[in-house]
Amino acid sequence: MRQIGFLVIGIFFGIVMFKSEAASWFRIYEMFKFQSFHMYGIIGSALFLGVIGVQVIKKKNLKSFFGQPINFVPKDKSFSRYMFGGIIFGLGWALAGACPGPIYVLAGAGYWPILVVFAGAMLGTFIYGLLRKKLPH
Amino acid sequence: MLQAVFLISGLFAQKKTMNWILEPWPWYVSGPLIAFTMFLLIFMGRQFGMSSNLRTMCSMCGADKKADFFNFDWRAQQWNLLVLLGAVIGGFIAQFYLSEDPTTVAISSETIQDLNNLGFESAGKAYLPTELFSTNVFSEPLTLLVLLIGGILIGFGARYAGGCTSGHAISGLSNLQLPSLIAVIGFFIGGLLMIHFLYPLIF
Repeated sequence: MRQIGFLVIGIFFGIVMFKSEAASWFRIYEMFKFQSFHMYGIIGSALFLGVIGVQVIKKKNLKSFFGQPINFVPKDKSFSRYMFGGIIFGLGWALAGACPGPIYVLAGAGYWPILVVFAGAMLGTFIYGLLRKKLPH
Repeated sequence: MLQAVFLISGLFAQKKTMNWILEPWPWYVSGPLIAFTMFLLIFMGRQFGMSSNLRTMCSMCGADKKADFFNFDWRAQQWNLLVLLGAVIGGFIAQFYLSEDPTTVAISSETIQDLNNLGFESAGKAYLPTELFSTNVFSEPLTLLVLLIGGILIGFGARYAGGCTSGHAISGLSNLQLPSLIAVIGFFIGGLLMIHFLYPLIF
């Protein structure tokens, strides 16, 4: 039952990513050129509701659908890993015009060359795993 | 009850009502729906984050024998693989059942002009640039290299930064996490460098 729930959430997310055009290479390029409000509107409105909702969950101690307490795990404190990792991710995001979510969505939509981006992303993840101990975190 | 079902299905049968689904969704619909996705996962007792699936799949492929970063209980992440599978199905449904053919993206005329100058003739005429994402590119080694390098940077950077757009820009910032803000600033530094300084060299 829960499994079906996750699958349905994924389908919903995939449709939203595609229909919002957040999965379009063109929208990412346009965003980094500051030539449209579209992507900023998407991220901004998602965040506006996200910040309010998370506060409400914390203040009211809301429980999950299954009655469990909801824990927000704070991110580890650091600077270099977030800044350097972020810059590297941003370079790839702008070059391939897709972040990890849209990679899966575009594969489903039948844009086969995105599978090359996916293979690269797997390889990049693997390389990180190999080099992790040598990198500043 | 039955009448209501007939009424609703009758409405959907009218093309007029379907137009808003077939057309691209505006930001003020899309953004809240992304927040809704995050909250659904939170209330399912999980966190919204797409790039961690890459680590899970590396482990499934046996990467744990090469680096202990991949030595974790990936079976506990199966739920996220189901979200991934759903996203693939959602992309299929959106492209083939919920979009007009051809699916175009109405980017600004300035953007179209800039892209034409870079050699992207498909700007404004397609969902993705055909110069990078049509099946012709499988016979163009340089284009494949661009896509592969883009992917490597995404995968490496997302794991180094501990998350991608969903994990940091949406989930992390919603929880007012300073590390996520640093990561998102990094995303933008990288993206701006790529588009403004490296694109003219690459394309």
